[in-house]
Amino acid sequence: MDNLRILIQAPVLNLQLIVDGVLVGSVFALAAFGMALVWGVTNIINVAQGELVMLGGYVAIYTAAAGVHPLFALPLAFAALYLLGWLLYRLVVFRVVGRDLFISVLATFGLSILLQQLANQFFGADIRTARPELGTLFLAGGRVSVPEIKLIALAAALVLGAALTAFLKVSRLGQAIRASAQNPRAARVLGIDTDHVYAATFALNAAICGATGALVAMTWVIHPYLGLPFTVRSFMIVVVAGLGNVLGIPIVAAGLGTVEQYAGFVLGAEFQTGILFSLLVAILVARNQLLRRQRRHLE
Amino acid sequence: MTSGVARRGAELGVLALGVAAPWLAPAWVTQLAFLWLMVLFALTWDVVGGQMGYNSFGNVLFFGLGAYATSLLQRGSHLGYYASLFLGMGLSAVIAVAAAALLGPLILDMRGHYFAIATLGLGVAAAELFAAWEWVGGGSGILPALPPGTVPERNRFFYYVLFGLALATFLTLRWAYRTRFGLVINAIRDDEAKAEAMGLHTTRYKVAAWMLSALFLGLAGGPVAGLAGFVDPRDLAFAGSTFGVWMVLMAILGGKGTLWGPVVGAVIFHAVQEAFWTFLLGWQRVALGALIVAIVVFFPEGIMGWLRARNPGWFGEVVEEPRRGGAQP
Repeated sequence: MDNLRILIQAPVLNLQLIVDGVLVGSVFALAAFGMALVWGVTNIINVAQGELVMLGGYVAIYTAAAGVHPLFALPLAFAALYLLGWLLYRLVVFRVVGRDLFISVLATFGLSILLQQLANQFFGADIRTARPELGTLFLAGGRVSVPEIKLIALAAALVLGAALTAFLKVSRLGQAIRASAQNPRAARVLGIDTDHVYAATFALNAAICGATGALVAMTWVIHPYLGLPFTVRSFMIVVVAGLGNVLGIPIVAAGLGTVEQYAGFVLGAEFQTGILFSLLVAILVARNQLLRRQRRHLE
Repeated sequence: MTSGVARRGAELGVLALGVAAPWLAPAWVTQLAFLWLMVLFALTWDVVGGQMGYNSFGNVLFFGLGAYATSLLQRGSHLGYYASLFLGMGLSAVIAVAAAALLGPLILDMRGHYFAIATLGLGVAAAELFAAWEWVGGGSGILPALPPGTVPERNRFFYYVLFGLALATFLTLRWAYRTRFGLVINAIRDDEAKAEAMGLHTTRYKVAAWMLSALFLGLAGGPVAGLAGFVDPRDLAFAGSTFGVWMVLMAILGGKGTLWGPVVGAVIFHAVQEAFWTFLLGWQRVALGALIVAIVVFFPEGIMGWLRARNPGWFGEVVEEPRRGGAQP
């Protein structure tokens, strides 16, 4: 709690935490966008979301290890994870579409454990990073530092988010995806192959996660066990923003990033994950109480 | 009825085998003790998950609370080993049941995805908070007191404790499922809104079911900590990605919503898991992940569900009207 006093005595530190939170939140927003897409279209909560992020991170790490600038890993991770997502859908996920909610959660949870253990087996449990050699910007008279790579990650996240939104609005496949989300039966009647659309949606989500992972590898660290926290962040962001609220996602994500930075600073870094998961439970309980009150009003 | 006699005979056979096992297979006592733990896990999960239809991923919370409470009391008290163990188990039961009673009304009010993810978050949150909490040893956990005697004697002692707990769980649940309580939680699973409309206080029953589940999980925590010789927040006490998932999986494998299903599922799963450790060392966790996906995707009805579809008569059902995921036998 001593750190709380520091925050009050040196207000500029608040600015640092908020800047860091927003920058980190931009990366969370991408994974959340993908989760909202799959959830909205196939009604599946992909618990393996974080593992897809983690695998995208390893693409960037191996690209950097090969001597290529990790920024080029972004399209590479996107493409590689698109293929993996397609494969996962064709092998496993299509079997749980439309089944009991619990079955799909458990099946993707199983996938998450499988991918995590495979990564542990092939890449090792070490914490790794692909941070490129770039400068650091100093704001507010040198007291707030912003690594340039984080700004690049923010820009990349914004561009990717905008491109995806445009893709869903304009392109033929994007329109088919939105139609299947609204009413799968009517979409089928109108000649849309919903199974194909679901596969494309899941693969697209994996690709987004892959790009997210590449950004995480460049700005943060990658290890085989980071999956579940990323899944939980995505889920929380989608729940708070509301399913279908595309603009809400980056705002809530920036908020979540900031809250995490504050929690980590005030309580200590070792509490960061614990706080994250406690926050998840608290948000779900609060959401439920809110809905309950609304039901009461209706009566 | 011959089936009644056969069933009674089978039960007595299992009982005799359970009592004699440490003497029949002395080298396997630890694995067999964990087998009874798995049976207890699957049975307690099935109360809420199978019989009531609330698929929890966070029941491991109560087990972890039990492991910590017993171990901490044993380290702090100056009583003899056995006195402190049983006192600790009593305290664990109280804490676990109180946790279920406090969290139940909030968590069990959610449905579907939200309930599943909230309970998942609950288990991981507990693991991470205990891992960050210095007073309980932080990420490296604590060492529980060790019972007097040689290692085989200790293992045998914990074997009988866990066997007794699993047996107590089984008998309690068998009795509970025959009462009004069993009917109500099945009604909640089948149609909660209708059950509520019939005038049942569904929340009370839901919380009671979770407390029942928490009671046995809390009791089991201490002995398992003693058997393992350590309490680790992520890998033993609140081990969400092992124990937490396994309890769900074992109940599904055997057939959720039945009394014997979780028992059968636990025995088969534990045997397969031990085989993985023996024959696929290094890859056992990968193999387990693949097994989880395979069971969930291809075999969600479980062994009991499969048997029921083939021989409805065995379950006392009228063949004209096959019910899916129906009442317990």
